[in-house]
Amino acid sequence: MTTQNPGPKSTAAHRAAMAGARPMIEIRQVQKHYGDYHALRGIDLTIRSGEFFSLLGPSGCGKTTLLRTIAGFEDISSGVVLIDGQDMQDVPANRRPTNMVFQSYAIFPHLTVAENVGFGLRRDPRSRAEKAAAVEQALEMVGLKGYSSRASHALSGGQRQRVALARALILKPKVLLLDEPLSALDRKMREQMQVELIKLQRQVGITFVLVTHDQEEALVMSDRIAVMFEGQIAQLDGPEALYARPTSRRVANFIGVMNFLPARVLGETADAVQIEAPGLGRVDIPLANVSQADPGDDGPSIGFRPEAVSLVAPGAQGANRVAEGVIDEVVYYGDMTYYDVRLDGSAGFDGQARPVRIAMRNVFGREVQDVGTRANVSWSPGSLVLFR
Amino acid sequence: MASGNRSQTAQGLTLIAPPLGYAVLVLAAPLLTILAYSFFKDGYLTVIREFTLENYRTVWADPIFHRIMLRSLGVAALVTLATVVLAFPVAYFLSFAVSPQKKAMWLFLITIPFWTSYLIRVFLWKVILGYNGVINSGLKTLGLIEQPLTFILYNVNAMVITLAHAYAPFAILPIFIALEKIDRSLLEAGRDLGESRAMTFWRVTLPLAMPGVVAAALIVFIPTIGDYVTPALIGGGKIPMIANMIQAQMLDLDNRPMGSALAVTAMLIVAVISLAFIAVNRRFLRVRQ
Repeated sequence: MTTQNPGPKSTAAHRAAMAGARPMIEIRQVQKHYGDYHALRGIDLTIRSGEFFSLLGPSGCGKTTLLRTIAGFEDISSGVVLIDGQDMQDVPANRRPTNMVFQSYAIFPHLTVAENVGFGLRRDPRSRAEKAAAVEQALEMVGLKGYSSRASHALSGGQRQRVALARALILKPKVLLLDEPLSALDRKMREQMQVELIKLQRQVGITFVLVTHDQEEALVMSDRIAVMFEGQIAQLDGPEALYARPTSRRVANFIGVMNFLPARVLGETADAVQIEAPGLGRVDIPLANVSQADPGDDGPSIGFRPEAVSLVAPGAQGANRVAEGVIDEVVYYGDMTYYDVRLDGSAGFDGQARPVRIAMRNVFGREVQDVGTRANVSWSPGSLVLFR
Repeated sequence: MASGNRSQTAQGLTLIAPPLGYAVLVLAAPLLTILAYSFFKDGYLTVIREFTLENYRTVWADPIFHRIMLRSLGVAALVTLATVVLAFPVAYFLSFAVSPQKKAMWLFLITIPFWTSYLIRVFLWKVILGYNGVINSGLKTLGLIEQPLTFILYNVNAMVITLAHAYAPFAILPIFIALEKIDRSLLEAGRDLGESRAMTFWRVTLPLAMPGVVAAALIVFIPTIGDYVTPALIGGGKIPMIANMIQAQMLDLDNRPMGSALAVTAMLIVAVISLAFIAVNRRFLRVRQ
């Protein structure tokens, strides 16, 4: 337990503590070429001390290359990588203050669990007994007490993962690098490990840098997330900001589900942009919710999350605006029901129908609506994001 | 289900029947004959079919046998050491430095020596190492030596050089396969946990390559002990190994029981040494990757 325990992630206190933390990893204008292939195109990034940071992106976006650059397994073509203020240019992987949990876990098959965990302690000046005690302690920390003498091939995927964690954390690195550590686990195990990793990170207070292609995993675990596409960082934000206000349509599409409707910009005031969208009418979008369109988009569009709108009873009173439509499709998920609703007038400018997806939690007493029935959709201007 | 299994068993037996029959005919039958002969009496040019342990007593008491067996073991051990030590870097290069597209070509190049018969290769070494051979005449032409070097022919050194060359591909291949099987992220993990490249090799690569090294050692050691051609040609017949001694008993002296007893004894010694070698390395062989 460390004194600067940051507490629950989403609290303001935690965010403030994080924002004030000193930088642990500073990446300046890092470029990486593999022959003709431009893997990293000028990365600028500061990861704070004690932060749980995620690099999120589709495969081939350069996130793993960036992680391996920090670890020292890849040379950079140009730029600077500093770890705790020290330039890593001529520091080989084995002398960097980082340790890695590999995607394949890389558990040494010829060594026992204890020998694996103690692998990095060879030059540690402590006595044999003290090292053995440290190994025991590390195993206990990851929930593998009593596994010391097990052969490594007798471990399950989750146990291998824990051994890899213990093996890295026992060396007390300044930064722990995790390369898609949960991708090989089944869903239940993955969710359990996510929670355990968060707890572990708070407990040890080490800076964690996670690489993942799973947006949910990144949202659950991270203090901040860098979304990467094609060797560049597209957006760097906390989970909530990233989810609620993606700065580009591409990021919005990558993180979760977002409905898009074409929009027409009518005018702009000091703090809002006035638009018209088919099915929703005229709306003032606050400037904070105005983001970039993708280069390929045909004109501006507005986006909103399926759970940011809801189906309400006809004539319901409230602060929100209500749009009407017809239910096109119903998908029942047990805890949730997804409705695809065609809003009246949403055929819009080009005559093309665009049903919007609405997610409703199946709370007690709420009936699942039928396909073809009329529906009232409640929405508020604050939940819309304008991409232009 | 049971009938399915039975028919599968039958199918399997049918498939292996021809090679099994062949193996029984040319391997098991002669071996059993040799074993039987070794317990018979010798009646000069004939074999008297009476049980005796006399042959074995003679073999074990014979100082010449001791010397030749020890020499055979020594030569085979030296050849094994030289071959494995020289084959390892080649296999390592092949596995780690050669690009995947070019590995097949390199493996093909390594098998080129097999295109020529073993006998001819051994004879070529005689040409290279001989009194007026390539090395001696070359060095003399260059003026580096005045008298031909004599330590490179008709002695143990020459036999080791010849045999190590002949068996090199047999050693390279199993080591190469063991190296190929090593997950490369294990080597990165070794570096990540603070070890230099050399220490990572020592603590990760080498232990994981040991099954290949053990296989290579056995593949070289076992046949070289019984090698007949190289001692006869390169050794000039003056430094016989166990195969030459067996041949002398069997054919020159026509004492088949004695030759058989020598053969069986040599076989037992090789078997014991091989098993001991495997036992010593068993912790490496148990590793499941």
